[in-house]
Formats: sequence, structure tokens, C-alpha cells
Amino acid sequence: MSDWTLFEVFVRSKHGLNHKHVGSVHAADAAMALENARELYTRRSEGVSLWVVPSAQITASSPDEKEPLFDPSDDKVYRHATFYDLPQEVGHM
Amino acid sequence: MYAQLVDTGVKRVKTLNEMSPEERHFQEKIDADIKIEAKNWMPEAYRRTLIRQMSQHAHSEIVGMLPEKNWLTRAPNLKRKLQLLAKIQDEAGHGLYLYSAMETLGANRDEELEKLHSGEVKYSSIFNYPSRSWADMGTIGWLVDGAAIVNQVVLQRTSYGPYSRAMIRICKEESFHQRQGYQILLEMMRNGTDEQKAMVQDSINRFWWPALMMFGPHDTDSPNSAQSMQWKVKRMSNDDLRQRFIDQTIPQLELLGCTVPDPDLKWNEERGHYDFGSIDWSEFYSVLKGNGPCNKDRLKTRRNAYANGAWVREAAKAYADKHKQAAA
Repeated sequence: MSDWTLFEVFVRSKHGLNHKHVGSVHAADAAMALENARELYTRRSEGVSLWVVPSAQITASSPDEKEPLFDPSDDKVYRHATFYDLPQEVGHM
Repeated sequence: MYAQLVDTGVKRVKTLNEMSPEERHFQEKIDADIKIEAKNWMPEAYRRTLIRQMSQHAHSEIVGMLPEKNWLTRAPNLKRKLQLLAKIQDEAGHGLYLYSAMETLGANRDEELEKLHSGEVKYSSIFNYPSRSWADMGTIGWLVDGAAIVNQVVLQRTSYGPYSRAMIRICKEESFHQRQGYQILLEMMRNGTDEQKAMVQDSINRFWWPALMMFGPHDTDSPNSAQSMQWKVKRMSNDDLRQRFIDQTIPQLELLGCTVPDPDLKWNEERGHYDFGSIDWSEFYSVLKGNGPCNKDRLKTRRNAYANGAWVREAAKAYADKHKQAAA
């Protein structure tokens, strides 16, 4: 099975949400990957749409870059709605 | 427990002070309940231990299909046959989730399967017992999957992210297994003939002690536990898990109107737990060594299945290659 391609599987659940990564499957080609993903990840109506992507095609950020990539947003509280205190009389906004 | 006696290769657990900076950083993440992901640095022994544990766990799922396969063509009616078929397919799925999670650590599935087939890597001792009657389909679902759930619920909090996520998915599906098993037994006990009731009791008699052995040796005889607990690869000790299983199971047993073959089993008001008799560990070690009633048969069936499926794998590959060339 090692000469088969590894595919990552993404499922869109019923409720119109984004496709979400659920795991991986091995398959000889993309069509077979879809069939395998269907059997493996949607046996109980978990989804209405499937994506399979060869794992090798995914570029991932490296754990070493976690700080330079994500820390800068930690001190930008003004990007969140809750940062802005408004008087009661404004009501829901 | 689907993985028993997992060797960590570590003789003594290190304290934070004895660790290298990398190891300390790793351990501090674990202590803070931050999941370890595939690309994070990890000690080699942690990686190897996880591969051993997850491959044993995955092998147990797929070998676990075999005792049930035995009754598929002899299920009492179509409804029960469909249910059993669905359960067996789930077990294959659980095996695949775990093999995938294991591969994120750089392990190779073919190589790990080869280790199963050569006998180098074990699967749970429980699957080396035969399934002699239809009642065994009920008992396996109720007791064997029940014991697995007790173990796997705790493993949802294991420190390795992909393993933990596989466990969460598996636990969601597993409660169907236990309920369908219990319902088989309940139906036989409530509406069955005397002969069918006796069949249930006989089945429980045969599976009770092997089910308790699934949790592995006593904590005092479990040399790898300390390291696995420090790494949070394991979250609860063998004896604690076993006690939890017994406490959960006995009221269900009483509702069935059955007994277990243990004269020492009784509620201990002071401890707030059931006391139970001593387990025959010589049987456990003998089964693990390969001398259980079905070890040889299980491995032979696995090897044949893999060998007889080779042409399908090769044909799929040839087909894909041909179409790739045609598209190019």
C-alpha cells in the first residue's frame, strides 16, 4: 500500500459549514480516494460534500515559525469588537 | 485495553532537572495539557512508544473483526446481520483511523502490518478466544467493546494530537457497538428459551475473565506505566481502569439476570467499589505468547486475507497508472 498516494480528507457537514479536515486515506488515484473517504469518514451522515487532496500538495507552516507568524496578533486587541466600550443607550450593536 | 504491555524502552523516568532543554520544553507542554502534533519535536522514545501502542491498537481493531465474522453468515435474522455487518465495518474503520494517525509519526503501514503478520507485534489478548455461540456476539459487544470504551474514553485526552482525535471519533461510534451487544443478550434473557438463556450465561462465563485481562497486568507488574503516564500516552492505570469497568458492568449484569464466574465478587461499601477475585495471570501471559485457543488461526486468517488481496491492490495501482499515462 506504500506505493499508493496519501490523501487528506475534508468533509462539509450538513449545515453549510466549511469543509473540515477529518483525516487521511491511501488510494491508487483520486477517484478511489473519494470512495475510500466516503466509506471511512461518512458512514453516519457526517457530510454532504467531500474533498480529497494529495498530502504532498499541502504546504504547512512549520511549528518553529509559530511565534513570528501568530504572536503579532496577540497585542492587537483593538481588532476585536469587545475592545470598544459603548454606552448602554446605544443598545445592541 | 487494546494495547497491552507497551514497552517504552525507558528504564527510569527522568525528572525535569535531568532533561535536556528540548526534553524539558516537551515535558512542560505535556504537563500543561498542550497536545503534541506530528511536526513538533519529541523524544525518540516517545515516538517509538506511540508507534508501538498505536499499531497494537490498530491491529486489535482489525483482528477484532475475525471473531465476529464467524457469525455473520449465521446471524438469526436479517436485522441482526445488518447490525453485525455495520459493526464489523466500523472496526475496519477504527483500524484505519489509527493506522493513519500512526503514519503521522513516520511509521510505514506495510511494515507495521508485516510485524503483525510475523507475530513480532501483538494485538489484544481478547481476540485469541473463540466465538462459539450467537450469544458471544452479544457478550463481545457488551463486555469487550465495553472494556475498550472504558480505556478509549480516557485516551481521548492522550497527549499526541492525532491519536487523541482518532480516539474521539472512535468513541462516538463505539457506544453503538456496546448497546447492540447488550440488546442481543437482553432479548435472549427476556424472550428466549431456557436453552438460549443458558447460552448467554455460558458466554459470559467464558468472556468475563479474559475481558478483565484486557486492561493488562496489575500496576505493580506494569514496568512501562510510569513513563507512559508522565508522557500522558496513558492517562489512567490498568487497575483503576479495570475497577471502573467492573463497577459500571455489574449493575448491567444484574439487570440481565446473569452472574459472573467469580465467587469473590461483592460490593464493598467502605471502598465504594466492587471487590473481585484474583485474575489468572499465567493464562494472560500464555495467550500473549501465542498459546491462546485461536492465536494461530487468527494470524493465518490475517496473512491469507492480505496475500489474497494483493492482486486487488496491484490492479488498482495498474489502473491508476494507465489512466495517468493516458491523461499525460
